[in-house]
Amino acid sequence: MFESLSEKLGGIFKKLRGRGFLKEEDIAAAMKEVRIALLEADVNFKVVKDFTEKVKERAAGKAVLESITPGQQVVKIVYDELCSLMGGSHSKIHLAPNPPTVIMLAGLHGSGKTTTCAKLAKGFKKDGRRPMLVAMDTARPAAIEQLISLGSQINVPVYGTKAGDDPVEVCSDALKKADSEGMDIVILDTAGRMHVDEDLMKELENIKAEAKPKEILFVADAMTGQDAVNIATAFNSRLDINGVILTKMDGDARGGAALSIVSVTGKPIKFIGTGEKIDLLEPFHPERMASRILGMGDVVSLVEKAQEAVDLQDALTFQKKFREDRFSFEDLKTQIKQLRKMGPLENILGMIPGLGKQLKGVAVDDRQVVKIEAIINSMTRQERENYAIINGSRKKRIASGSGTTVTDVNRLLKQYLEMKKMLKMFKNGKGFGLGKLNFKF
Amino acid sequence: MGLFDRLKQGLSKTRKNLVEKAEQLFYRRVVDEKLLNELEDLLIMADVGPRASADIISALKEKVKKGEIPDTVELKKALKDEIKKIIRDGSGINITADRPYVILTVGVNGTGKTTTIGKLAGRFANEGLKVILAAGDTFRAAAIEQLEIWAERSGVQIVKHKSGADPAAVAFDAVVSAKAKNADVVLVDTAGRLHTKINLMEELKKVKRVISRELPAAPHEVLLVVDATSGQNVIHQAKIFSEAVHITGIALTKLDGTARGGIVVAIKKELNIPVKLIGIGEAMDDLRDFNADEFVDALFE
Repeated sequence: MFESLSEKLGGIFKKLRGRGFLKEEDIAAAMKEVRIALLEADVNFKVVKDFTEKVKERAAGKAVLESITPGQQVVKIVYDELCSLMGGSHSKIHLAPNPPTVIMLAGLHGSGKTTTCAKLAKGFKKDGRRPMLVAMDTARPAAIEQLISLGSQINVPVYGTKAGDDPVEVCSDALKKADSEGMDIVILDTAGRMHVDEDLMKELENIKAEAKPKEILFVADAMTGQDAVNIATAFNSRLDINGVILTKMDGDARGGAALSIVSVTGKPIKFIGTGEKIDLLEPFHPERMASRILGMGDVVSLVEKAQEAVDLQDALTFQKKFREDRFSFEDLKTQIKQLRKMGPLENILGMIPGLGKQLKGVAVDDRQVVKIEAIINSMTRQERENYAIINGSRKKRIASGSGTTVTDVNRLLKQYLEMKKMLKMFKNGKGFGLGKLNFKF
Repeated sequence: MGLFDRLKQGLSKTRKNLVEKAEQLFYRRVVDEKLLNELEDLLIMADVGPRASADIISALKEKVKKGEIPDTVELKKALKDEIKKIIRDGSGINITADRPYVILTVGVNGTGKTTTIGKLAGRFANEGLKVILAAGDTFRAAAIEQLEIWAERSGVQIVKHKSGADPAAVAFDAVVSAKAKNADVVLVDTAGRLHTKINLMEELKKVKRVISRELPAAPHEVLLVVDATSGQNVIHQAKIFSEAVHITGIALTKLDGTARGGIVVAIKKELNIPVKLIGIGEAMDDLRDFNADEFVDALFE
């Protein structure tokens, strides 16, 4: 659905290749495309207007660098501007000099406050702190139970009373309890509310006055549309928030709301939520967000995930085997394991620039990988090290052992042989050097 | 209070912004390029999206060229007509004679599926229908408890399994139980899921498959619950959810804020999925049948 911005701009600038300088009318034409790209990413239209004006100024008369096309140059200017708008680098949560540090979360209904609270608590616990969660959503049915259940999953105490209680009272009781039990972090999970609900916004102010939080974090859904500016402005003007947590970033929303929120509040985005499991809260990186808003993929995150998941020693051994053409099914199994450590395949593939579009409609099925793993697991060690001994009766045994068919086993063997062939090309230096891979900006 | 007034009230905070701006625009005398461009911004601001907005405005420009829109009064009417033309076949939920009538709700996380089901249960119970809820969100912590509270509120039955159980099994049990007890309506809740998670979308297909196997005409209605504050990504969501379980209608929630939910215009235009329900507040009767005329009128009057 979304054509990549650089492709579109490439079209516009084709005619002026090699002319040396960015001309005003060409930039104006380019800004039209930039405008649509940003609007499609849900950046607020006023923010888009200011933004494109600024970029126009910066781009006018700029010499086009020799190595890149004018289209790429404009994308670069747009990208740099987006990065600088969304902040230098990510900022952390500030702790109070005298514990406990009180952290308050607020936001609309369904933005993901409760889940985010649990993720924050888990992070603190990992750092050796003693966090406590406070269930202050006494309005939504079973919201307290939800937090209690999440708390027990991560072994963090939850202070929760009963539905209908006054959140301000709950808060003051919880703080006393935290104090007496020596908790050093208290995370307040407030109820979701509409920013135009006067009573409930007043309630937030009362909670703030009671709890005196060190950090007030506004939780926003990455899918939020144009209204993000109104919502964020309202929460910020009532609470003077310290930062933003952007949730549901594991979807394919381009997340233009991030830019809208930062430009109207001037507050940094501190974390992003990337999954329903209670450990997937990640620091915010403006550069990655900028690529995402422009639909350029997210290479840095991909590389980082790979670094986290892949053991260096393993990688070296693997490389050696690779080179010596001793790549066996045993190695393939290890490789698959590492790939899976990086998270669901579709998340990973989505980060590869340019792939995003091709992948639409293509089912990336994790279960195919599970199947392959099952087949390899049903092989004997000998078979894994030496595929050549896998004959008809062995195939039958492997298929029934892995709950697959002989056709499946044959397919895997074929794929494996093709892979080996490719590796041989590598070895002989004929194949695809990395330098030849064309990384489009 | 009539629905129109209630909707207007729900939208009243919205109105301040959008309507004042619209009034300002329409107050001018001359219909020119500049006015039309500002109107386009207005549509974009309502989350109608850059493409759909451009199409609507270019249709208006065409009419201006033909001299069909002499003044701003006509322009306003033409704009409304243009939007109504797109979303007009939206209507409410009509329970047919088929029993039990099964409604499956799906959507991404946090759009208000469980709350929508809770409100629908109250509405059908009030109409004297026998309702059974299926607690199909077996994933999120306390989702089953949440639906139980709604069941209690409207005095309807609930079929539930343990947390972590197979949602298809819950749906199956609910349908079987509804058949045995001669229930009129089965409302099936499901866990929120991002449309990009292939495995979870497969799980959803299975829920639907199991329902259809037990009751060939069911589910009679598959509702995608959409948060009115969401932007352009919803088009994607709607497309992928529809490919998986064939969405028959949209329930647009959280219209009581300042968001206008214009995304439904784009969805109707691109995917031809009608809006069926709108949520305009937290009270039980704040879930209403969708009416295109009122929706558009309340936006611009």
